[in-house]
Order: sequence, then C-alpha cells, then structure tokens
Amino acid sequence: MPELLTQFAQMALVLLLAPLLTGFVRKLKARLLRRRGPSVFQPYRDLLRLLRKEVVLAENASWLFRAAPYLIFATTWVAAALVPTFATGLLYSWSADLIAVIALLGSTRFLLALAGMDIGTSFGGIGSSREVMIASLAEPAMLLIAFTLALVAGSTQLSTVADFMNSPEVGLRVSVGMALIALVMVAIAENARIPVDNPATHLELTMVHEAMVLEYSGRHLAMIELASYLKLLLYVSLIACLFAPWGLAPPGASLTAFAWGAVAWFGKLAVAGTLLALFETAIAKMRVFRVPEFLGAALMLGLLATLLMFVSKSL
Amino acid sequence: MDRLAFDIAHMLAGGLVLVSFMMLYQDRLYALLNIFALHALVLAASVGWQAHMQDAPHLYVTAGIAFVFKGIVIPVALHRMIQRLGIHREVETVIGVGPTMLAGMGLVALSIAVMLQVTEGADPLAREDLAFALAVVLLGLLMMVTRRNAVSQVVGFMSLENGLVLAATGASGMPLVVEISVAFSILIAFIVIGIFLFRIRERFDTVDVSALDRHRGERQ
Repeated sequence: MPELLTQFAQMALVLLLAPLLTGFVRKLKARLLRRRGPSVFQPYRDLLRLLRKEVVLAENASWLFRAAPYLIFATTWVAAALVPTFATGLLYSWSADLIAVIALLGSTRFLLALAGMDIGTSFGGIGSSREVMIASLAEPAMLLIAFTLALVAGSTQLSTVADFMNSPEVGLRVSVGMALIALVMVAIAENARIPVDNPATHLELTMVHEAMVLEYSGRHLAMIELASYLKLLLYVSLIACLFAPWGLAPPGASLTAFAWGAVAWFGKLAVAGTLLALFETAIAKMRVFRVPEFLGAALMLGLLATLLMFVSKSL
Repeated sequence: MDRLAFDIAHMLAGGLVLVSFMMLYQDRLYALLNIFALHALVLAASVGWQAHMQDAPHLYVTAGIAFVFKGIVIPVALHRMIQRLGIHREVETVIGVGPTMLAGMGLVALSIAVMLQVTEGADPLAREDLAFALAVVLLGLLMMVTRRNAVSQVVGFMSLENGLVLAATGASGMPLVVEISVAFSILIAFIVIGIFLFRIRERFDTVDVSALDRHRGERQ
C-alpha cells in the first residue's frame, strides 16, 4: 500500500513541478541577461491558455497527427514516473530499468518525428530529419552510459544503481565521472537546450524541436509542451538519481524520511536548473553540422568509460 | 594495496587517456597546446601519486621533470613559436574528427586487449599502467598520422613520450639516469624540431607537411 501511495505522489509531483522547473530556468536566464523575465509560473498559464484555445488542424492531417501529442505525453509521463525522485520504494520499481526509460524516450522521439512529417510541410521534414540525426548519436551514447553503470553497479535497475551509488563501495572511479559528463551532454541534446538547439527561437536555420511542432496548436500543443517540460525534469531527476542519490527515502521509511527526500529532490532540481541557466547563458549555439561532433564526444566518453570500467573490473 | 589508493591511480591513468582524446578532438592550435599542458599536468600527478604509493623518491623527480618541462616550458615555447611563425590557428586534419575518434577507440581497445593478455600475473597496477601507456603512445602516433600541420605533429610526438613515462613508472624498475636522459633527449628533439619548423616555413611559406610531399615529387 505505501508503494502505491508513493507511486501516485511521484506521478502527481512530477506533473506539477515540471512547468515550474522550466519557468525557473527561463526566469533565471532572463535575470542573467538583466531582463525582468516572465514569472516562474508563466508555463502554467501558457498551458492553461493553450488548453482553452481551439485546435487548428491542417487539411491533410491524419489520425496520427492528432493522436501523437497524447501518446507522447503519456509515454513521457510513464518514463518520468519510473525514475526514483524522492523515494526508491515505488510500486513499479521492478520495471524502472534504465534501458526501459531509454526505450520509452526513444518511442516518444519516433512519434514526434512521424508527426512532424505527417502534414508534409518542409519545416516539419527538416525538424524530423535533424531530430533523428541527433538521436542516432545520442541514443548509442545513452546506452553506453547504461552499460557503464551496469558494470559498476551490477544492474540497470534504477533503484539498485541508486542504492549502490549511495554505499561506500562505489569508491572513486573515473568511469563514473565520464559517464556523468556524457549523460549531461546527452541530456542537453535531448532536451533541445542551447549548444544543440535553442528552445526560444523560430529561426528556420537552427530550429530542431520547434520545427517539428510548428503545425501544432491548442490542446495538442499544450500536451507537447508539457511533455517537453516533463522530459527536462525527467533528465534532471535521472542524473540526480544515478549520480547524486543522497536523501532518497528507502522503501518503508518514516514520513519524515519522505519529507527529507522531497526537500533534497527540490534542492537538486534548483541546483540543476541554476547550472543549466548559467551554462546556457555562457555558451553560444553551435551550427547544426557541429552537433555530431558534440555528441560524438559524448559517445566517445561513454565508450571510454565502458573500456576503463572493463579494465578495472578484469584486474 | 588499499582500494582507494588504487582507485586514485586508476583515475589519473585513465584521465591521461581521456586527455589524449581531448587532444585528438581539438581543432585550434592554441587550445591544443593548452590541452597538451594539461596532459603533462595529469602525467605529473599520476607519477607523483605512484611515487607516494611505491615509496620511490626518484619518481618525484620524474614527476617534477614532467611538470616543469612538458607542463610549462614546451607549451610556452610552442606558443611563442606559433606567434613567430604567424601561421593559421586552425589544425588541418587529414581525416575528420569522427573517424579519428573511432580509430582512437579501436586503438585503446586493442592496447587493453593486448596488454592484459601479455602481462597476466603481474602487479595489477603495473598491468593497468602498461595498458593505458600503450594506449597513450598509440594515440600520440595516431595524432601524428592524422594531422597535416607540423606543430600539431610535434605535440603528438611529445604526448607519445608522456605515454612512455607512464609505462616506466608502472614498471617500477626504471633507473633515474635513464629517465633524465630520456627527458633531455626529448628536449633536444624539441629544439631540433623547432629549428626545423622555421626552416620548413622559410622554404615553403607554410608548415603544412603536404608541401614537403609535393616537393619530393610524391604528389602532384
């Protein structure tokens, strides 16, 4: 029973906090540029506004175009609900596998790319092809990170990895550091953040994610936006759970432990949001053709981490 | 040997391989030199830590030589040289960064596979050091092969020597005299290469070594 409650609490919390995290990052970026910026609650208002608006559909939109936003949102929500955020004893902990999370995110990307091409506008096609190019490099890198963690912790199940990382057994390992850097790079690329893609622009030369969702409006757009907020929260929680699992409440802990877990999680989100805003303000967007080099470095770090791990394990 | 000490040694040696990759990744000459200085710094830290672990004071001298010569003197001299040569700041590569990286990964996998097979039964730290040292040497060679610019070839050569020092440290039997003479021969090689660079530049107005190929009539 407590597992069920924790699971529901987590599902509600990720959904409620995801827009806040995005709003926080936007506000902080605006402040760093000495602008006032919209309130941190602006994403909620945007979502409400979009939900109330009428949907405008292209004439040749198929059922796929209409169904994709809901599927994308649902899949992302499931993935976000699987990652231990403030407690490890979730109802679906047994299925909360790193590879399963990667697969869920991969299917959202597949759906989004299909939806981008469905109407047949040129922007949607550009966006989809770029997104798939980025994904073809980001996904292998992500899988190599999963392999490294599996070699370190002996499992790809998220709660087991988190427990292992919390124990003193983990020691000082260069592979874990490399995996962390690679995961951060992949997270930046997957969430369409600045060096790879600018989430705040509609300039056709550079946009990737925005180009795919250009034709969406009303509640469909609201679903897609919410899914992208959730994805950012998911990646931050994933990094926190794998590499900084401090304060996670173990299964069957007292209420205070859960409260502390939640406080620790909020703290981690705030730190990650601050770092993301600082990084995005300090760096320039790179050309689309340089993205493979950026992600190639992540892939290489993942591969190197796996190799080094292999060496130290076989000694 | 306790676990943490081994982990630190592993981290520093692995870091050296990682910095070798960062050198392959760079496409600006000045950035390349900074990374090269970092390479020497990591090497010095690695050797220093092993000196502490093996209780071998002469290794501290090796670490000091690596730090002073390769971490400070040679990068600064190369910086000056690039300024005096007035050459392009960009590195011209023969093949792209991606294939180079993949080739590098292959070399690392190869050296690990070979060294772990060959040195079975030896001290784990020495085995690991030898594997990583071979990887660094091969990556240095790869860098010399894939770059056209003579300055970056020099950097590749110097990083190769860093790998040799790492191997010598792990083997824990190299006398100090050999180490010092290697360090000085590298320094002399560096001076000779420096003079050579200016000669190439005078003769061909570039330090792109493909100009040499044309001069020898190997390529039209």
